[in-house]
Amino acid sequence: MINKEWMTVLSQEKIAVNIYELTLKGELVQQMNEPGRFVHLKVNEQMMPLLRRPISVASIDKENSQFTMIYRAEGEGTKLLAQKKAGETIDVLGPLGNGFPVEAAQPGDTALLVGGGIGVPPLYELSKQLNERGVRTIHVLGFQSADTSFYVEAFSALGDTYVATVDGSLGVKGFVTDAIQQYGLEADILYSCGPLPMLRALEEAQLTKKGFISLEERMGCGIGACFACVCHTKSDPTGTDYRKVCSDGPVFPIGEVAL
Amino acid sequence: MSRLETQLPGLTLKNPIMPASGCFGFGREFSQLYDLNVLGSIMIKATTEEARFGNPTPRVAETPGGMLNAIGLQNPGLEKVVEQELPWLSQFDLPIIANVAGSQVEDYVEVARTISQVENVHALELNISCPNVKTGGIAFGTVPETARHLTKMVKEVSEVPVYVKLSPNVSNIVEMAKAVEDGGADGLTMINTLVGMRIDVKTGNPILANRTGGLSGPAIKPVAIRMIYEVSQQTDLPIIGMGGISTVEDIIEFYLAGASAVAVGTANFANPFICPELIEGVEQYLIDNKIDHISDLSGRSWKKDVKRAYHCS
Repeated sequence: MINKEWMTVLSQEKIAVNIYELTLKGELVQQMNEPGRFVHLKVNEQMMPLLRRPISVASIDKENSQFTMIYRAEGEGTKLLAQKKAGETIDVLGPLGNGFPVEAAQPGDTALLVGGGIGVPPLYELSKQLNERGVRTIHVLGFQSADTSFYVEAFSALGDTYVATVDGSLGVKGFVTDAIQQYGLEADILYSCGPLPMLRALEEAQLTKKGFISLEERMGCGIGACFACVCHTKSDPTGTDYRKVCSDGPVFPIGEVAL
Repeated sequence: MSRLETQLPGLTLKNPIMPASGCFGFGREFSQLYDLNVLGSIMIKATTEEARFGNPTPRVAETPGGMLNAIGLQNPGLEKVVEQELPWLSQFDLPIIANVAGSQVEDYVEVARTISQVENVHALELNISCPNVKTGGIAFGTVPETARHLTKMVKEVSEVPVYVKLSPNVSNIVEMAKAVEDGGADGLTMINTLVGMRIDVKTGNPILANRTGGLSGPAIKPVAIRMIYEVSQQTDLPIIGMGGISTVEDIIEFYLAGASAVAVGTANFANPFICPELIEGVEQYLIDNKIDHISDLSGRSWKKDVKRAYHCS
């Protein structure tokens, strides 16, 4: 069930360079189950920005009717969002999209969770739910540098956690694929979210038999009506077959969409 | 009769407020949010003879008070629309307006012939104004004689009234309106988007993969109002007005300019519940301002000889 609700800001904190952690409270949280879904936020009531901003859900706390997002304040919309203070309200539409299937991993399995930059947040709720299910999680987190990294300790509390930074200021110098190779990481299932080049590299590496990736795309409506965020499928890469990232995804089985 | 019930060629509308083509798909997504029966109609996504994937992404870019889009008429093609989308829509008590597009005259004629026979299609909207396809679309909507000819050909095969969607990307909108009226159009819908572009100052490249796109949203409302004001005084055709509507006052303004119904486009993206909210809001506005029927407002900005039935509050 998709709802629209004015949710209340409980806290907003800057946790790394340009990275904010925002926690909202409201009834809409009761609709949140699957990790990897997103909410669509109207950051103000003005005509600029006109459209909503899709932000992934980083953790869900149903008991207290609150959820947390982690986002990078980069464009006009997210910079306005970063100014929201505790007690203020935000127009939230959600939860939207299809998330990561937790049940695809069996108890006792090992899952490799690979995130790049602002693709890391949805993996946190995913890891929590996998661990509750008895799935062992290994995390590989990629960032530009140490000062833009976040949640490394939080992930470490849930399972082995490896970090790669482009400038080498934290963990392995290079990309997530370098860290995976260097430590010889193996798993039964892969879950990943991050920039397209990273997802392509993971798909080519064929680390696991099954895997799921979460895509990012400029969106209009966020509910599948406007056709702004479509992509081709792997089986019909130049034809008319398509998937909508917002409503068919953002999570897809590896090999379903053309990257 | 309610304050909102509206009769137009081919259309008996519970209310004159409907989602605009391309902003509502075929209704499936919004049906998860509210009961589509509250709408006056739905202008369904443009249908072409063959399925189209459309343009590469990025397909949208924001602008102050607006957005550019270059979707490129993505749709599943005539056969699937007729066999799957329209039958699905028949569960609702809605007269559907089918948006018809193509690359050449024969395409439009073929789509119009077939889709106009579907029971819940009560009118066609001839799309001669899409700026985002290489052939067809706007190419038919900027030369009066071409538009007149296409309208005439479609009218010959259509089982239902034909509304022509006008492009604002012309120097003389009245001439275009008169040309399609000559071609036998039953009504007009206006306006489609304005061709625009945004360039990423970091990369130096256009943001949209298609380079140019169609500008919609509140930013284009004054253009729509001006064009409806001009056209409604020069033709006898009813006008379904669109272009940046997002508030009750916007709808009133479109009526005052000369519209007989309105469609809501881009605003559905910012607030997916906007159509039902506006339908309730307009009814309340009419009650508050003691206006018996919304049609009393139509053209009031230029019908100076008619005694003003109300005063703007």
